[in-house]
Amino acid sequence: MDTTRSLFLPPQGSTVASDVDALFGFIFWISLFFFVGVTALTVYFCIKYKRKDGKGETTPYIESLALEITWIVIPTILLMVIFVWGFQDFIRMHIVPANSMEIKVTGQKWFWSFNYAEGATGVGELVVPVGQPVKLLMSSKDVIHSFFVPAFRIKMDVLPNRYTITWFEATMTGEFEIYCTEFCGKGHSEMWGTVKVLPKDEFAKWLEAGSGPGEGESMKEYGARMFVKNACNTCHSLDGSKNVGPTFQGLFGRREVMSDGTTITVDENYIRESILSPMAKQVVGYDPVMPTYQGILKDVDIDGLIAYIKSLEN
Amino acid sequence: MEHTIPEKHYLNEATGWKSWLMTLDHKRIGILYMIMVMFSFFLGGVFALLLRWELISPDKILMGPEMYNQAFSLHGIIMIFLFIIPSIPAILGNFVMPLMIGAKDVAFPRLNLASWYIYVIGFCFAVYALFTGGIDTGWTFYTPYSSETTTAVIPILTAAFVLGFSSIFTGLNFIVTIHKLRAPGMTWFQLPLFVWAIYATALIQVLATPVLGITLALLMLERVVGIGIFDPAMGGDPVLFQHFFWFYSHPAVYIMILPGMGIISELIATFSHRRIFGYKFIAFSSLGIAFTGFLVWGHHMFVSGQSDFAAVIFSFLTFFVGIPSGIKILNWMATMYKGSISLDTPMLWALSFLILFSIGGFTGIILGTLSIDVHLHDTYFVVSHFHYVMVGGTVMAIFGGLHYWWPKIWGRMYNETLARIAVVLIFVGFNVTFFVQFIMGTQGMPRRYATYLPQFQGMHGFSSIGALIMGVGFLLIAIYLIHAIFKGKPSGPNPWKALTMEWETPSPPRAGNFEGAQRLTHGPYDYDKVVPENALKQYKTL
Repeated sequence: MDTTRSLFLPPQGSTVASDVDALFGFIFWISLFFFVGVTALTVYFCIKYKRKDGKGETTPYIESLALEITWIVIPTILLMVIFVWGFQDFIRMHIVPANSMEIKVTGQKWFWSFNYAEGATGVGELVVPVGQPVKLLMSSKDVIHSFFVPAFRIKMDVLPNRYTITWFEATMTGEFEIYCTEFCGKGHSEMWGTVKVLPKDEFAKWLEAGSGPGEGESMKEYGARMFVKNACNTCHSLDGSKNVGPTFQGLFGRREVMSDGTTITVDENYIRESILSPMAKQVVGYDPVMPTYQGILKDVDIDGLIAYIKSLEN
Repeated sequence: MEHTIPEKHYLNEATGWKSWLMTLDHKRIGILYMIMVMFSFFLGGVFALLLRWELISPDKILMGPEMYNQAFSLHGIIMIFLFIIPSIPAILGNFVMPLMIGAKDVAFPRLNLASWYIYVIGFCFAVYALFTGGIDTGWTFYTPYSSETTTAVIPILTAAFVLGFSSIFTGLNFIVTIHKLRAPGMTWFQLPLFVWAIYATALIQVLATPVLGITLALLMLERVVGIGIFDPAMGGDPVLFQHFFWFYSHPAVYIMILPGMGIISELIATFSHRRIFGYKFIAFSSLGIAFTGFLVWGHHMFVSGQSDFAAVIFSFLTFFVGIPSGIKILNWMATMYKGSISLDTPMLWALSFLILFSIGGFTGIILGTLSIDVHLHDTYFVVSHFHYVMVGGTVMAIFGGLHYWWPKIWGRMYNETLARIAVVLIFVGFNVTFFVQFIMGTQGMPRRYATYLPQFQGMHGFSSIGALIMGVGFLLIAIYLIHAIFKGKPSGPNPWKALTMEWETPSPPRAGNFEGAQRLTHGPYDYDKVVPENALKQYKTL
């Protein structure tokens, strides 16, 4: 069972992962048994009953109702075992434990954001404690997305018109990938995120501390981290090339023509306004698609981003 | 024995382009379809190669994400709506089915020609969409993305809508033909199994396709007039779209695979020279698949937000659709037992089908299992699974069928050596391309990704090599099959010494198919009673 897991399946990071993998292994070995049987018999028949001297006669036809019934009944029984097994695990995966902590997950083009009951928010990074059931209450701001953490074996579509729910309990600390698995347009394949599973005491500290640069991290480095974490990089390039939005290379101090014909110089206040109210002043020639980060980014995050953008000279 | 091409046959009895474009002969319409459908296969294949080329590296090679999204959408739409759905029924069903039941033509020859023209109109809409903004929704058109995107959604929906009518007309025509035009003496249980499969397929075409038409029409109304049906911004429900869409598109999977299974039944019986084992079980399993196929669409939606109760019911029913497929595979194997097996090219395609389709089936069981599907849904595991069914199943079958009936269609044989090389290329190339995708999927690689995390690069690269091998294989097939049309050795009326009725007429057949009225003298698989020769209606009785 372990060999199939290391070849096929990612690490088991949640309480349900081992159940899912066990059933996967069961079906895998049964399938392999029948597949090898079917293939070997087919090859054997091709050799054993090869047509000789161009003659095509064959012996009289045999019929066997018993055989037909056997190979209908046995697979049916096996399939029912698999169904019931999968059904039981599925239900367990869908009943949220009563002692779960709840986190609100929002999907939008093309990043994930997470809101905690305690007031903390995160973008692109879901920080959770180990050994604690976590309920995710999810919705989308635009099209359908899907929240997938391979290491936890969980996935649930995230819809624009209602909430969907999933839950997990992480069994080990570490960082695990989050993918969007419902096609959502240009940035779909970069709608990545991370689940960061911390020991309980560290998680409590994280929740209190909130955001800001880490120890020994400059504001510029912190801003560089925010640039990726908040998915600014899916629309803004660093090399001068035109993307969904204007490039950040040499942005600070640049004179830009707005869609209403006026010209402005990019300064701290323009950057701040563009992050919080992106529709207020837009550079001409770009679609008005930038989402607002109001309520997602804190002042310290914006300060970091400004410091970072200032450092990106031509 | 040297064979010659008969002096008069359906290909030269009338000449000029008008005689083709106005033809009512089911055989010529089959060839018209073959030209269009195979051209679509080529187009879809080019997009497949572009995708695999792009995925060699997570960085941009040829296409950015927007181009990539267009390329995978077009690959899917072309392959599903323009190639695989019409492929076997419209090409081989048209050409062979009336011959198999001893009929002079289909029941409604004019409707048959009309369905081809409707297909061409749909094709034109698709090409129009390609040049006016493309399409980036995937072949599934999920809302609300498809309500928002600025690409050419309306033309492509129109294309799929129009193509649906072509499919419905073909299905209707075949149902009536099989009911009314069988040769005297041919009862239902003396029908070749390909005809049973085409019949079951036609039922699905007629019953399911209108639902797709309605769904796409509603989506167009939403985009054009702004009626809120699926888009939540207008008060609609996007999951409703998924229900409507899969209510057609799951049965459509059986429109794709059932006729393929029909071909395999013919190939296994002919090349084993053996009465097919469990005839009635195979025949009824086709109907069983057609019926059950209507009840399992929700297994595409286990993580969509549909109720858990619905998910459980759909999973339960899904397992029952696996059983008839298993019955067929085991009966085919039992047919080979104590047969007289010759490994001619069509049989090699059939054996490829057996192996690849089995893998497609087993991985289908994994995906039908609720708890595991949560992990695997929308990953490369699903991509690989349906390619094992659609390519490993249907494409193997259609190429098996084309190689089997090529001498009947053109009266000439292709180069057997090249043909064997091509089967091996396709079989190896296919497994290299797709087996590794199962592993990527279980490890969590999502589908429809223009770029990916670096840990997947090795497997993506390996997969792309396989695609190239397949590309070479299909190119080789195109070359020697087209060569055979003009220069192949005359094949004689019954080169495989088969017992079904299409071999009781010269190759290529006359415009009216048979000399005089056709009567049933023996069953389609009576290999234990009569042995056929490669000559017109010459049998040795045992």
